[in-house]
Amino acid sequence: MIGLQHYLSIAAILFALSVAGIFINRRNLILLLMCIELMLLAVNFNFVAFSRYLGDETGQVFVFFILTVAAAEAAIGLAILVVLFRNRRSINVQELDSMKG
Amino acid sequence: MRNVHLAIVLAPLLAAIVAGLFGRRIGRAGAHWITILAVGVSFVLSVLVLKGIYWDGGAPDNYSIYTWAVSDGLRMEVGFLIDRLTALMMVVVTFVSLMVHIYTIGYMHDDPGYQRFFSYISLFTFSMLMLVMSNNFLQLFFGWEAVGLVSYLLIGFWFKRESAIFANLKAFLVNRVGDFGFILGIAGIVMFTNSLDYAEVFSSAESIAGQSVQITGATSWNAMTLICILLFIGAMGKSAQAPLHVWLPDSMEGPTPISALIHAATMVTAGIFMVARMSPLFELSETALGVVLLIGALTAFLMGLIGIVQNDIKRVVAYSTLSQLGYMTVALGASAYGAAIFHLMTHAFFKALLFLAAGSVIIALHHEQDIRKMGGLRKYMPITYWTALIGSLALIGFPGTSGFFSKDALIEAVRESHWHGQGLIYWIAYLSVLLGVFVTALYTFRMFFLVFHGKERTDKKTRAHLHETAAVVTVPLILLAIPSAIIGWITIGPVLFGGFFGDAIFVSERHDVLSRIGETFHGSAGFILHSLQGPVVWLALAGVGTAWFLYLKRPDLSGVVRSRLSGLYDLLDRKLYFDDLYIKGFAAGGRGLGQLLWKVGDERIIDGAAVNGTAQAVRRFSGVLRRVQTGYLYDYAFAMIIGLTLFLGWLLWVN
Repeated sequence: MIGLQHYLSIAAILFALSVAGIFINRRNLILLLMCIELMLLAVNFNFVAFSRYLGDETGQVFVFFILTVAAAEAAIGLAILVVLFRNRRSINVQELDSMKG
Repeated sequence: MRNVHLAIVLAPLLAAIVAGLFGRRIGRAGAHWITILAVGVSFVLSVLVLKGIYWDGGAPDNYSIYTWAVSDGLRMEVGFLIDRLTALMMVVVTFVSLMVHIYTIGYMHDDPGYQRFFSYISLFTFSMLMLVMSNNFLQLFFGWEAVGLVSYLLIGFWFKRESAIFANLKAFLVNRVGDFGFILGIAGIVMFTNSLDYAEVFSSAESIAGQSVQITGATSWNAMTLICILLFIGAMGKSAQAPLHVWLPDSMEGPTPISALIHAATMVTAGIFMVARMSPLFELSETALGVVLLIGALTAFLMGLIGIVQNDIKRVVAYSTLSQLGYMTVALGASAYGAAIFHLMTHAFFKALLFLAAGSVIIALHHEQDIRKMGGLRKYMPITYWTALIGSLALIGFPGTSGFFSKDALIEAVRESHWHGQGLIYWIAYLSVLLGVFVTALYTFRMFFLVFHGKERTDKKTRAHLHETAAVVTVPLILLAIPSAIIGWITIGPVLFGGFFGDAIFVSERHDVLSRIGETFHGSAGFILHSLQGPVVWLALAGVGTAWFLYLKRPDLSGVVRSRLSGLYDLLDRKLYFDDLYIKGFAAGGRGLGQLLWKVGDERIIDGAAVNGTAQAVRRFSGVLRRVQTGYLYDYAFAMIIGLTLFLGWLLWVN
């Protein structure tokens, strides 16, 4: 049947895809933010799955914390994005290389 | 008496310091008066010392004045050993030095460095006296180096002359090669006896002769042989024996007075003196004596040959000095130390005389030195002529002159030295000294005839001003001619056969050639008659005759001879290619090695690869590493993830 491992693998795959999305993405900053959200989501999945199978509600409570933080972070991230666009007129990630060595 | 010894040594030193440092203040006359006074005092006191130790029958005096350092039992002192040998050398050195000092007043009259010259020759006198009066190896070496230094200063006296600077450096460097051997010899002595004092070393000489030294893995030499050969290498450098002779002809770049003082009478005889002084050591090694004999013989003969083709008046006398030093060395090798020192003494007189006479000629001709541009000077310079004649006759060994007695005794001693065996070495030595007599006479009278007789080849302008030189020049010539003529006759009996040297020179029973000759010695007149039955005098006269024939009777013939024997002439003209070997071989090789070490070793390897190279490598590496910092956030995130993965993987691996 559908066991713990399936939930965990979905979360893992989701996480991996989003991590890949962070460094494959060269064009869009919004995509970057979305990937970050996806990573948080994957972690949430993990928490919920463990909570269900261990019978402990602590996991689900923690998910709330993570969701809150994710929301706040997304808000700030989008705010930074807007300010960035105002100054640079572009959200191309490849153009953000002033730390180049 | 000990204060007298100290005064003898210190007077010239003080005069040298005053003339050197305060030369400008005391003026030219002041400089020459103080130095002549000092050397004069040294001379008179040296004669007193000789009188004390010989005529008054005094005992030798061996004492230390000042202990410089004591290191692990090795005493380094300043001390004097005054015995018969020392006293004789002191008299010779101070007399010739005094003559040269007086002569210099005339010779260097117009020279701007007048006071400096007097300071140097006084300093030289001090150094040479320290050398001969020393009672230990360290002071001997001090004197040795000091005379070398002063020789360097004096050869390059006219330091603005390119050739003079080349010559003085050449003299110093070649001397250094000899000193290398000398220091190794002294080190060997210290190694075996832990002492530098003559008396201690001589008393343990037998025990050194019983030991061996491992040279390389396979060969081991007798310790005494090794030490004596090393000491002799020092003597080869100082006394200009082949192959370390090349500096002496070049040293003629210095003013003539120093050629007379240093390179004829005193400094070059330091090596001869040293070997005689070390006779207790040399007598224990027949191999070393054989080496001494051979090198002396080759020098005596070959240098004489080169002297025949020289055209500079001073060079002829220089090669003559080299040849005569070879004679003295042969005598040392034959264990006839007394004969060698006797010849040293007579040679000092007549060679200094010949140099000063040459200088007199040079002054008169306004510094012309080429004998092809002289001739017929007899009527213009009678005093120089007669003194030069006496000197030349002494040099060739004309019966009755001092040179005759010393040279004949020497050749007899070599003939008697059968203890070297009857083989090649003996015959090379004997034939070299014998044929050398003919060669000596040939080059001496070639020079004499070309300078004083024959057609006048001087140019008209010089001939107009040609006259005898001043008294300050001619009086030393006369004073040197007197001993050149008579001292042999007077002193041969007591010095060679009368036990003059006493304990100063040690000769073992087997080697004692001089006492064997002494058995047939019946006074000086008898010696002359005896020699007329041998080949030596007739060879000398044959040499004079040949020179007369080739240069006075048929002067055209000499050109013919030269063209017929052009191969031999070239060989002699190039001085047996020794200079070429040294300048193009060793010196160029040394400079090449230096260049190599500089360009490749220093610039390319050390600066290039090591210093700059590492800096460049770091630079290149960091240039590559820099590319990691792209400035892109996603690349940095990727790097973090990779790092994390690796870390987790490692944790899993370890567990």
